[in-house]
Amino acid sequence: MSAEEVLIHQNKRPKAPALLTDHDGDRRIGTRKMLNQIAHGLFLLATLVGVVVLAVLLLDIFKMGWKWLNLDFLNSFASRFPAQSGIKAPLWGSLWLIAVTAPLTFIFGVGTAIYLEEYAKKNWFSRLIQLNISNLAGVPSIVFGILGLTLFVRQMKLGQSVLAGALTMTLLILPIVIVAAREAISSVPSSLRQASLAMGATRWQTIYKVVLPYSMPGILTGTILALSRAIGETAPLIMVGAVTFIYFTPGNVFDAFTVLPIQIYTWTGMPKAEFQNLAGAGIIVLLAILLTMNALAIILRNKYQRRNG
Amino acid sequence: MKSAAGSVGMNRFRKKRTWRNTWEGMIPKLLLLCALISILTTLGIVFTLIVETASFFQDVPFVQFITGTEWTALFHGSQQQFGVLPLITGTLLVTMGAAMVAIPIGLASAIYLSEYAPDGLRRVLKPILEILAGIPTVVYGFFAFTFVTPLLRNFLPEMGVFNALSASIVVGIMIIPMIASLSEDAMSSVPRGIREAAYAMGSTKLEVSLKVVVPAALSGIIASFVLGLSRAIGETMIVTLAAGATPKMTFDPTESIQTMTAYMVQAAMGDISFGSTVYKSIYAVGMTLFVFTLVMNLLAQYISRRFKEEY
Repeated sequence: MSAEEVLIHQNKRPKAPALLTDHDGDRRIGTRKMLNQIAHGLFLLATLVGVVVLAVLLLDIFKMGWKWLNLDFLNSFASRFPAQSGIKAPLWGSLWLIAVTAPLTFIFGVGTAIYLEEYAKKNWFSRLIQLNISNLAGVPSIVFGILGLTLFVRQMKLGQSVLAGALTMTLLILPIVIVAAREAISSVPSSLRQASLAMGATRWQTIYKVVLPYSMPGILTGTILALSRAIGETAPLIMVGAVTFIYFTPGNVFDAFTVLPIQIYTWTGMPKAEFQNLAGAGIIVLLAILLTMNALAIILRNKYQRRNG
Repeated sequence: MKSAAGSVGMNRFRKKRTWRNTWEGMIPKLLLLCALISILTTLGIVFTLIVETASFFQDVPFVQFITGTEWTALFHGSQQQFGVLPLITGTLLVTMGAAMVAIPIGLASAIYLSEYAPDGLRRVLKPILEILAGIPTVVYGFFAFTFVTPLLRNFLPEMGVFNALSASIVVGIMIIPMIASLSEDAMSSVPRGIREAAYAMGSTKLEVSLKVVVPAALSGIIASFVLGLSRAIGETMIVTLAAGATPKMTFDPTESIQTMTAYMVQAAMGDISFGSTVYKSIYAVGMTLFVFTLVMNLLAQYISRRFKEEY
């Protein structure tokens, strides 16, 4: 302990401040402790901003939308008259979109993750894929919408269909699924792999029967969280063209569709105040779906974990 | 059946082996195809943007696009002006505003969670931040439009329904969880021993946080700022709902502006014909946006690699 620090601990001001280079050494321990207390309060306050905002946001939404939420709202199409409006078309559109996006992202995402973790050699090519994935994760979602518009809607002539939207969404959330799946796969102990290979299993048998079951909880959690991102996305689907008022539910993947976030967006921007109440009610439904998906992720994870244990 | 199986047993065994070997050989190729999708996505994005943007520059000179101060793409005929600067300044205005909200609050939250918070409280606070991060942006847009703007207009009665201020604040709130969690990750990875050393020298928690932990984790923290801001630049729904649709070069946050993303939404929702200059302008603006975010993402990666403290 240096001389001035001894003085600090004796709660005395150092006699020769000119020798001190550190400003804190210049202050009494009481002041320093007080500063710490003040900072502690400020840091806590800053953290609570998030909590307060979340509470206010939920309160605002429930205040606006709760009274408008009933079975008729879920079961009727949008209308010029707020009282008769509902979310049947966007609700089914969102469900269709997720139903098509989920298997696509799962297969491609897990496939990429297995390739990178189990097969790829550590060369420039796998580094390129890796760098590419982390950059894709930072591309704004609306840019994916442009790609979807050009590639799926125009080039492949899928039109403004559920399939075009789902393919766009797949590309958008693929990086998230890949990263989660890679993490899950790389956490499988290598002793398990070696045991399986030593028993005469082939590489693929080892992956399919040992690595995948072991990493499935992590993969499923990542996939469901990615899908819950997809269900809340608006901008890319506007670009793909899922905007028009729709008065039917999709019958197959080539039908036109709209989704909950777009309906919420349309209603929020309308001049009549009642439409904002409708938007609030729509948000409650959207948040309920997100909550259900997150709960599902937790349940699936627990179920698999028990089987493994 | 039994005898037949016996007589061709060897043969069947070999057949099965061959099939399995083929399958084993095919698997890596199939998986490689999956992995190529992400490369093709990037190539697809770059390719479509370049092709349509190049076509756009045949209608509108590049210099006019990049230096023009009037953006009236959705006007008719000769009144059309394609100067991207108002959209860029609009985007930067919102991003700067968001930074002023998100950086102090995000960093302070990260310091609190990493250094100060008792374990029990941290276990409550972190999931709440995660919920905040998982809320769809259109919901934030709704919140900005129906709650924050009316609230602000109590204090600034002359401010319009659409303004950059409300959008900036809410975009800032949206990126707080991102900055907080990435910065906290960086701080938690600072070795315990360094903190212990500083405490042993008689430092207070504040001194340890600000003079030891934050400098040691600085590369990760700065990278989190850059990533957060890149996210703010690409944010679409909040600015579309709250900031308005009037492209103008102003740094007054109480005015209505238009960001690059908001223009793209407005144009895509409007009745524009395929192949027209307006249609291609979506790609030109998209290209500008893509370049902005790409540069920032690469910068974040560079900072966290180059200035990483190794322990």
